[in-house]
Amino acid sequence: MDRLKLFLPLVIFAVLALFLFRGLSLDPKELPSALIDKPLPAFDLAALGGEGVLSRDDVIGEVSLLNVWATWCVACRVEHPYLQTLADLGVPIVGLNYKDDDAEALRWLRDLGNPYRFNIADREGSLGLDLGVYGAPETYLLDENGLIRFRHVGVVDEKVWENTLQPLYDELKRREATR
Amino acid sequence: MIHRISLALLLLALVLPARAVIETYEFSDAALEERYQVLSAELRCPKCQNQNIAASNAPIAKDLRKTLHKKLEEGASDDEILDYMVDRYGEFVRYRPSFGGANAVLWLAPLGLLAIGGLALMFTVRRKAAAPVAQEGLDAADRERVSQLLKERDS
Repeated sequence: MDRLKLFLPLVIFAVLALFLFRGLSLDPKELPSALIDKPLPAFDLAALGGEGVLSRDDVIGEVSLLNVWATWCVACRVEHPYLQTLADLGVPIVGLNYKDDDAEALRWLRDLGNPYRFNIADREGSLGLDLGVYGAPETYLLDENGLIRFRHVGVVDEKVWENTLQPLYDELKRREATR
Repeated sequence: MIHRISLALLLLALVLPARAVIETYEFSDAALEERYQVLSAELRCPKCQNQNIAASNAPIAKDLRKTLHKKLEEGASDDEILDYMVDRYGEFVRYRPSFGGANAVLWLAPLGLLAIGGLALMFTVRRKAAAPVAQEGLDAADRERVSQLLKERDS
């Protein structure tokens, strides 16, 4: 028994080391969304560059991505070409133009291409607040019922899509198809 | 003296820009302003982690301060406002986490660790007290041997 006690510091060290090692690969800036498995919040906002008002019902109905972007967001420019690639593959992407100037946003879409089905103009950031957006770009994965299944903060690139988003997207798609 | 004055001026220079980024709000009631100060100090900025929204100049912190002001003027209670924020940004947004659920561990762990430490201390002290006191000092045979050895060295 006393002999076993000698190993106690080693055991404590091992447990601590395990936790600290795990901590090395965690990103504290990546917050879990508070809205996972909750419905997309309701809203009534203008359509960017269009007439009329968009609401929750216009967005939901199929498995899709909701991408939060703005022209003042540098990383969004980095992300943009890959969103176009995804749109070309047939992934439905809805844009949430977050706290932006409509004219500048429209110019952005004209110059860089438009990967979005349509864009919600959230000029005051009210939907952004309801979603818990804390930094663009953010991408939400919605299922066909309008529940938020995943949130990615930061640029969606090939690596993020293939490792994180696509497996979830494909699974939701399969589930949608079997119903 | 001159050092002290220049130090004071230096500190003053550091303070001004920090205050300059924060906008001010008009409150209809002094009590509301007080609650605004308390809540904005307790709410954590989701973007610039390790700052509260009162101290942060990130756009999101500004938005949250605006929302906080609006909610207070609308007559929302502290709990309603905190719930509103937690519903959107998660428990992360509170510097003083609520009790309950997984957070109970956070609140109780220090007490638990203190209890474990206390028990360990108690057992150690008890065992020490119960153990027979070891013979201290030298008995006659030892003394004899010591003086023998000393003599051998000196000679």
